[in-house]
Amino acid sequence: MSIEATIVSILRSIIYISTPILLATLGEIYAERSGVLNLGIEGIMSMGAVCAFIITFTTGNPLLGVLISLIVGAILAFIHAFVSASLNANQVVSGLALAMFGLGLSSTIGQRYVGEVLRNYLKPVPVPVLSQIPIIGPAFFVQDIIVYMSYVLVVVLWFILFKTRWGLYIRAVGENPYTADAMGVNVIFVRYVCVILGGALAGLGGAYITLAYMPTWIEGITMGKGWIAIALVILAMWDPLKGFLATYFFCGVMVVAIRVQVFGANPYIINSIPYIATIIVMILGASETLRRRIGAPAALCKPFIREERAL
Amino acid sequence: MCENYEVAVLMKNITKRFHNIVANDRITFDVKVGEIHALLGENGAGKTTLMNILFGHYRPDEGEIYVYGRKVKISCPRDAIKLGIMMIHQHPLLVENLSVLENIALLYGIHDSLGLLLSPRKLRDKLTDMIEKYNLKIDLDAKVWQLSASQKQQVELLKALVYDSKILILDEPTSILTPIEKEWLFSFIRKMKRDGKSVIFITHKLEEAISISDRITVLRRGRVVGTLNSSETSVQELARLMIGEEGLRNERIVSIQKRADGDLDNKRIVLEVSDLSVLDDRGSPAVRGVSFEVYEGEIFGIIGVSGNGQTELVEAITGLRKVQKGRIRIDSQDVTNRGPRYIQSLGVAHIPEHRIKHGIVSELSVAENLVLKVYRKPPFCKGPYLNSKEISRWARELISEFSIVTPNEKIPVGQLSGGNIQRVIVAREVSMKPKLLIAAYPTHGLDIAATRFVREILKSEKDRGCAVLLVSNDIDEVLELCDRIAVMYEGRILKIISAEEATKEKIGLLMSGVDTIEGAQIDQHYH
Amino acid sequence: MKVLRSINITIRRREHVPRIFELLIPVCSAVVGLVVCALIFLLQGIDPIYAYSEIYRYSLGGPIQVSNVIRVMIPLILCATGLILVFRAGVWNIGAEGQILIGAIVATGVALFVLQGNTNSALFIFSMITLGFIFGGLWALIPAILKAKLDVNEIITTLMMNYIAAYILQYLVYGPWKGKKTFGFPITDEIPPQAHFPLIPGTLIHIPTLILAICSIVFVFFVMTQTTLGYEIKVFGSNPDAAKYAGISKTKVILITMFISGGLAGVAGAGEIGGVHHRLIYNPWSISANYGFTAIIVAFLARLNPIGIIPAAFLMAILIVGTRALQITFNLPVGVINVFNGSILITMVSMEFFRHYRIVIRRSE
Repeated sequence: MSIEATIVSILRSIIYISTPILLATLGEIYAERSGVLNLGIEGIMSMGAVCAFIITFTTGNPLLGVLISLIVGAILAFIHAFVSASLNANQVVSGLALAMFGLGLSSTIGQRYVGEVLRNYLKPVPVPVLSQIPIIGPAFFVQDIIVYMSYVLVVVLWFILFKTRWGLYIRAVGENPYTADAMGVNVIFVRYVCVILGGALAGLGGAYITLAYMPTWIEGITMGKGWIAIALVILAMWDPLKGFLATYFFCGVMVVAIRVQVFGANPYIINSIPYIATIIVMILGASETLRRRIGAPAALCKPFIREERAL
Repeated sequence: MCENYEVAVLMKNITKRFHNIVANDRITFDVKVGEIHALLGENGAGKTTLMNILFGHYRPDEGEIYVYGRKVKISCPRDAIKLGIMMIHQHPLLVENLSVLENIALLYGIHDSLGLLLSPRKLRDKLTDMIEKYNLKIDLDAKVWQLSASQKQQVELLKALVYDSKILILDEPTSILTPIEKEWLFSFIRKMKRDGKSVIFITHKLEEAISISDRITVLRRGRVVGTLNSSETSVQELARLMIGEEGLRNERIVSIQKRADGDLDNKRIVLEVSDLSVLDDRGSPAVRGVSFEVYEGEIFGIIGVSGNGQTELVEAITGLRKVQKGRIRIDSQDVTNRGPRYIQSLGVAHIPEHRIKHGIVSELSVAENLVLKVYRKPPFCKGPYLNSKEISRWARELISEFSIVTPNEKIPVGQLSGGNIQRVIVAREVSMKPKLLIAAYPTHGLDIAATRFVREILKSEKDRGCAVLLVSNDIDEVLELCDRIAVMYEGRILKIISAEEATKEKIGLLMSGVDTIEGAQIDQHYH
Repeated sequence: MKVLRSINITIRRREHVPRIFELLIPVCSAVVGLVVCALIFLLQGIDPIYAYSEIYRYSLGGPIQVSNVIRVMIPLILCATGLILVFRAGVWNIGAEGQILIGAIVATGVALFVLQGNTNSALFIFSMITLGFIFGGLWALIPAILKAKLDVNEIITTLMMNYIAAYILQYLVYGPWKGKKTFGFPITDEIPPQAHFPLIPGTLIHIPTLILAICSIVFVFFVMTQTTLGYEIKVFGSNPDAAKYAGISKTKVILITMFISGGLAGVAGAGEIGGVHHRLIYNPWSISANYGFTAIIVAFLARLNPIGIIPAAFLMAILIVGTRALQITFNLPVGVINVFNGSILITMVSMEFFRHYRIVIRRSE
């Protein structure tokens, strides 16, 4: 293999691993920016993955699979939004519950499909012109639709968050819901939208796993990617652009470590790298917040309770 | 459109209950166009509740609101702002992590359509004009957390200007201001009046109400006790209305009481603070080189506008905050940067500034809260075991001794009223028989009975020989209680004066950074 | 003038929380969990009544089945009592699963390699349990120290450490600890018979851990109600600011509660080795068997009150034993119990709302 081809193949594996994590990270950034921690990402991803697989397997249309993953993710996130934004419940417990629920339900409904393989998975579609660029082209622009969506989403979500009034509302709600409320921003609505968007993106990330990355279904196919996404949000400092960089950097280190066989060929040590790395990321993120407290949404995990309110 | 109406706001028969407490009892209140109307009353009289109703934070249980003669229903602040009402809160309604511009843009859609994109050129131009016209000192791109308290207030005023609010509510606006800033605010308010706007000015300071307003409405215990023309009333009359006859009589007795003689030479130094410097949460200096001593058997007052380093000073002395430079000695033992537990063990009691946040654990019982500082001392524990019987006995004793109103010692302390929570804290701290008692704003927000109770306790502690460090922003309180008074300004102690030479005027000027004795202004600059 | 009549619904905070909720919340949550599972069964084309009767038959249908349930209760109780301590202190230990695995690894290692050739059964059992406790506790101390000293969110770190523990176990059984008498299977050799925990005759209930499980309930009850440590945990858990003000050490509370919690989970792991599996197997989750996560639900069902642990653990153990049977009867995955777990937890946190608020409906003009 030429050096060029090696680089392309390494970049492609980074994209394979990154895309589902990136989508979940972007979604979680929005949820947390609005003040809601969603620990249920792993369960939502798993449900997105299994539903996308089943629909594609039965209909033969992967785009329908993509669509259903978005819907299923949104529905599950709606539960979390309702419980945490409307019922002011403990977001940690609710998120954990959702993770359990999603993992359990996905393995139950996926049981019949274990071991089946998709024939109509998402195929790469080269982007005209861009795919002709050496190295970059074949690595980044001969991909499937979900990968392209992730590129676009990074920019669009960043733009919305920092350059539009909607983004201003979201940031205000996550920082100080009481002030935002007084200024006429519908806090509950903003939180619903952000959490549901986050869930849909996590579902989409799940769909990428079964429709593109590994077109089959086994229990636990998400392999902790949802948890990693939650940790990466901290490294990304709640910014979609930095989220992109953080995810690609994180996955890049992992891929290179495997390729170069830094740890020999021991698969168990390599498999534990993401989890160890996540903890290291958290430690770095923590000392970062110690240095400059600003960054984390101030109202994260805090329910918004008006003195009295009307339904 | 508003020329047709003489009355800008009419609130008719407003009643508001919280649980079983009536905060507003059939209040009728009106403000004329181009009028400055002071809303006067003690803490808890219902002033802020009434205005929160007008601004849409709360909904009245009964009553009607008319704005420019039209009956309105205000269900959220946004509704109020649309009607041209703007409230400047004691705790500004701003998002700390957004810039000034972004904070204002949050609301901007109401009158001007801003579009989806945040292209704030138009808004920025308008704001820059306003800032120039009214001589405000605000950087539009600064994050709100970087601003001082008075700058935040100016941002709120800027909001009122930009939305062209016709009815302005100011909630105790001067409590965070120095006298010079206060003058500026008053001239601003008068300018608004000249422009035909109505201003509602909430305060509990009598002189202030008379000097700024055209009319004054006095509230007591949720009811209107009178509406007067400012030019025809006096401080005495207002005080009588505000506190009631009975309260005032007691007030006199208290003020006549003779102070214990202040010969410090024979007394022991209990607390010695030398050249102390402390940082605030953001890492900027809050206390800058403060030195003072507190003797046994005296009440040493520290007074200043809130936010001049008093909080950080108290936290440093009690071991809750790291000391950057300087020494703290208690009973000539160096306690600099020792933990709170060690400092408590030397006999230091602390009535904290934020009583709910720091002083109690709401979910735990009254008894458990009463032993928060002593649970690890016999007889309340034997080794690692708690002695619940002894704890209950002790709690019942304190409940009767300090007249804490509670059904029993087992209910969660969070269910008590604010005054009784403070009694629990005071009982706990004083029952330690401390050598040094640090009381931070101990009467803030309490009713008259509870205030009197706390002040009496401080005096009796002093008589017992305890050294008392009282931090307050209430000049009257400090004058009534203290033997020596230190005035704190921008992290420094400007002067320590004895009770005999202290006057209201002198302290008031010192609080704003002006030292009259020297005839020089120590710090003219304000933001 | 048009008069519109409408119904005004407002939500008001309760002044006094009725005590009945302490019972109502767990019971309703369990019922909702069962109903949701029934729906899932229907979705899979399984008659829910038949499914539940099967669950009943396999869990409570006879003395053997009941003893199975009790055997499952042991690790649940051990983990859940520890979790009560940490949760009361406001620390989120989601890592009991990994702490079980560490206990299991250490117990196996001790039995296989350290005490080789020793014949004293008591020594085996004592050292397996003690070291399981110590190492489970130490494993939990890592996130505890990170939280206490660097303010690192313990929810994520404890969770990540579950996976790390699992990979350590896999590394061992595929690598250095792979058995010599296992025909190349990725499992360790069986621990010597003298290291097997004694069972109640005629059942599979391992006695030492059963006793410890009961002791742990008494211990936690005692700590929370009778000791200064319990007092400090309650103060720190309800109001960390007040705890600081009172001079209670944050580090001490976090470290002690996490150590005990991790330690008890470690004992549970040692018990699974000494009393059930007698060796490590390549699939780590079949040893920890989701007990660490289920214990979270047990702790919440018990409303963080040690007294509630036994009924809560009993209910969850029935479901675990029952759904294991469902795998065989209906070809359902192990994960199905997670549907129950998830829905029970969501209902529980949602019902907290009704504990704190009441909904007032009145007519208004």
